[in-house]
Amino acid sequence: MNILIVGCGKAGMILTRTLCQEEHNVTVMDIKPNLAENVLNNFDAQGITGNGLIIKDLQDAGVEEAHAVIAMTDSDETNILCCMMARKCGAKHAIARVRNPMFSQQLVFMRDELDISLMVNPEYQTANEIARMLRYPNAIHVESFANGRMELAEMRVMPGGIMDGLVLSALPSKMKLRLLVCAVMRDDQCLIPDGNFVLRSNDRIYITAAHSELSKFYKQVGDVKNRIKSVMIVGGGKISYYLIRQLLELGMQVKIIEQDLNRCEQLSEWFPKADIICADGTDQDILLEEGIANVNACITLTGIDEENIILSLYAKKIGVNKIVTKINRTSLLPISDSVGLENIVSPKNTTAALILQYIRGKEDSQGSNINTLYRLAEDKLEAIEFIVRGDADYIGVPLKKLKSGSGFLIAGIIRNNKRIIPTGDDCLKLNDSVIIVTTRQKVASLDAMFHAEEADRSS
Amino acid sequence: MNYKMIGYLTGQMIRVLGILMLLPLIVSLIYQEPASRNAFAVTAIVLIVVGTLVTLKKPENKEIYTREGMATVTATWILVSILGAVPYFLSGEIPNFADAVFETASGFTTTGSTILNDVESVSNACLFWRSFSHWLGGMGVLVFILAVLPQNDTKTMHLVRAESPGPTAGKLASKMSFSVRMLYGIYIALTVLETILLTCSKMTFFEALNHAFATAGTGGFGMKNASIAAYDSVYIDVVITIFMLLFSVNFTMYYFLLSKKFLQVFKNEELRFFLSIVVTASLLIAINIIPVYGGFFKSLRYSSFQVLTVISTAGFATADFTEWPFFSQMILLILMFVGGCAGSTGGGLKVMRILIMCKTALREIRCVLNPRSVVTIKCDGKAIDKEVVRGVSYYFVVFMLLLAISVLLLSLDGHDIPTTVTAVITCLNNVGPGLGEINPSGNFSGFSSWSKVLLSLDMLLGRLEIYPMLVLFTIRKK
Repeated sequence: MNILIVGCGKAGMILTRTLCQEEHNVTVMDIKPNLAENVLNNFDAQGITGNGLIIKDLQDAGVEEAHAVIAMTDSDETNILCCMMARKCGAKHAIARVRNPMFSQQLVFMRDELDISLMVNPEYQTANEIARMLRYPNAIHVESFANGRMELAEMRVMPGGIMDGLVLSALPSKMKLRLLVCAVMRDDQCLIPDGNFVLRSNDRIYITAAHSELSKFYKQVGDVKNRIKSVMIVGGGKISYYLIRQLLELGMQVKIIEQDLNRCEQLSEWFPKADIICADGTDQDILLEEGIANVNACITLTGIDEENIILSLYAKKIGVNKIVTKINRTSLLPISDSVGLENIVSPKNTTAALILQYIRGKEDSQGSNINTLYRLAEDKLEAIEFIVRGDADYIGVPLKKLKSGSGFLIAGIIRNNKRIIPTGDDCLKLNDSVIIVTTRQKVASLDAMFHAEEADRSS
Repeated sequence: MNYKMIGYLTGQMIRVLGILMLLPLIVSLIYQEPASRNAFAVTAIVLIVVGTLVTLKKPENKEIYTREGMATVTATWILVSILGAVPYFLSGEIPNFADAVFETASGFTTTGSTILNDVESVSNACLFWRSFSHWLGGMGVLVFILAVLPQNDTKTMHLVRAESPGPTAGKLASKMSFSVRMLYGIYIALTVLETILLTCSKMTFFEALNHAFATAGTGGFGMKNASIAAYDSVYIDVVITIFMLLFSVNFTMYYFLLSKKFLQVFKNEELRFFLSIVVTASLLIAINIIPVYGGFFKSLRYSSFQVLTVISTAGFATADFTEWPFFSQMILLILMFVGGCAGSTGGGLKVMRILIMCKTALREIRCVLNPRSVVTIKCDGKAIDKEVVRGVSYYFVVFMLLLAISVLLLSLDGHDIPTTVTAVITCLNNVGPGLGEINPSGNFSGFSSWSKVLLSLDMLLGRLEIYPMLVLFTIRKK
């Protein structure tokens, strides 16, 4: 697809990298010549200096033939206007990064009247992600498919726990639960396991199951961290705004530490139920005084990555159960993983993933469409939800006859609201929602998946 | 520096060079020339085997940056000049290896200077390899590799930038592979067209093909001792003149034409500047040489051909301009420095740089008259980046410095001033002929072996625009 990205800051760069990897024709436009130059040097993409609000510049960048225009500048209004102009110039889809909550409240109007196909709010998406993490404290990560009917959780195998040394085929009988371990991360390598796979301690495993089964599973796994009841949030920015609302709805006790008095007053106006503390959150004495030792979760959302990392390490030392760290700079992600911080959110990556998911959904795939897409395990693993459409040769064939290759697994099927954790005897039917976990990149359709499989076998 | 990746890319180049040598091999089979056949067959096989062995294992770290890009390009060009010379040497056509290297370097850098006294006695296969090296070198050897190999490494821009001529480098489209294929597509289409037009004349198909290659790369190797003058045909003169013009225009213009952006072509300042230089110079010389040829139109035919052959840095010959009045000779000498447009196959300083330098000079004059005035340098309605403007001035300084050093070193050989100075000028600018002993009907065989190596280096420096070659001196052992 021809994609035009307007605005190439950090988020734009991440998006450019992702879309280039997917082999789209990407053109990036930025007002600053050095950023455009940067794109030329580092990516297989065109970099143009220009203003996204000037029709001539848009036309020079090929807006007429663009399948999607993504406006990623730091101003909401610029992004919205740029998208509207791009649509009038003939772009098929327009995606805008819009952060002001005032716009998301009039989403339908923006979509129907202003022709903006998708509005992405990085802070809102990040808050959603954090809230999901807090719902399952034991999981490192939880993603949901088919409107929440099926969930994919990431967790670490504890040394000495039930899971340590377990053969996977024995798992369902031992737990008396229907769930599937669909991928294992071991020593920076991502593996798709079979029944004979033996789990080791410190493996990070990915499990698909229904919501209720997943909760039961966590109870059985043993070292149950109780439900999270109290949360401490350091930093009261936009993410906090969205997050506090969700956490209060879940009935949690929320304490926010924010330095700026005006912001504190604003927050207390919006959320009378939350405790708003006006103090320097990087001061460890203050954290102790406010009872960091007694909360179930600590979320660091200050504007400085390094502070967030240090704060999280401190919270970990104190013994807080669940720690979520916000990190903006992607280059810091591997470092934070190596110091043992597991729950990391990055608004820019979240944005890129969401846009990628949308773009993939719009790609002209034969027979089946992508509904949801998640990138896990430092982008080494993808979980994709397809809908089976049209008549394909794999429909109605038992799975054990279909899959034999590596790097790909059907992790769940949803048929008429019924959840199926598939075994070799199940088969795919028309209009099924299929969740696939794969270590391959750029899977665009079910057909591609199965046909690649055949090609592998014949070679 | 990532030496493994440089080695890998160079290995790939060696393999492709070996494969390309199969083409002259075919020519030698057609014309039944056993000496050249053996030479090309042996070299091709050795290069393919060595190249394949080197590229067996792809390095894990594929990151390349500006330094790696420049080092790869330099290594490639030096190796190409040496390896490409092997068949000439093995076949015994050019018994001295320094001569063979000079001839190859002159081919790939599209200079077109020769050391051969009698071109007509050389085998067809070697003649083909000579012109074909022009064709490859014109657009860039590594760019060719990028076009044929299905690579989707993202950092290839560093390679293209180091190899493509002009003050700035860009892409035509978002995908690098598409951009280079598009460029080569235009290049091939124009070459084919010229071959067809030339076949319709006195030339045989083989001659037409070789001359088309030489024009496309703006190289200038001919197949006759008297070059194009041997055919003495108005039609051939006109066709080659037109195509020399076409190949010294920025190739982006053709892409604009294909995508129907006519206005951008029409309003392009570099193109206008280039055309006005060509027209003015042709007219001035034509008037100046009327006494030599008698009629205005006859003089115009010779003057326009000579102007284009020099400004496009091809270096064909239809007339010996050393017999022309001094004024005309000086115009041609100045034009040698100008060269083609940026992004064309021509050599020289490039019209774009001259344009920017003229504008800088004008700005300086205005600033002297009114020290408080602020003037931005604009081209095609857009301000040119300060870095680019500065780069152009420095490039000119380094270029002139290099010219002085080379002239000094070459003077050890003991030739007269016009020969020594123009030899360096013609090599640095990749033109071909000069004045004195190396006039259009003369050649470089009078120089010593070591001077030939020096001049080969000058040609490479000129083709790669100096800076990539300087990377060699900055390599430090770790």
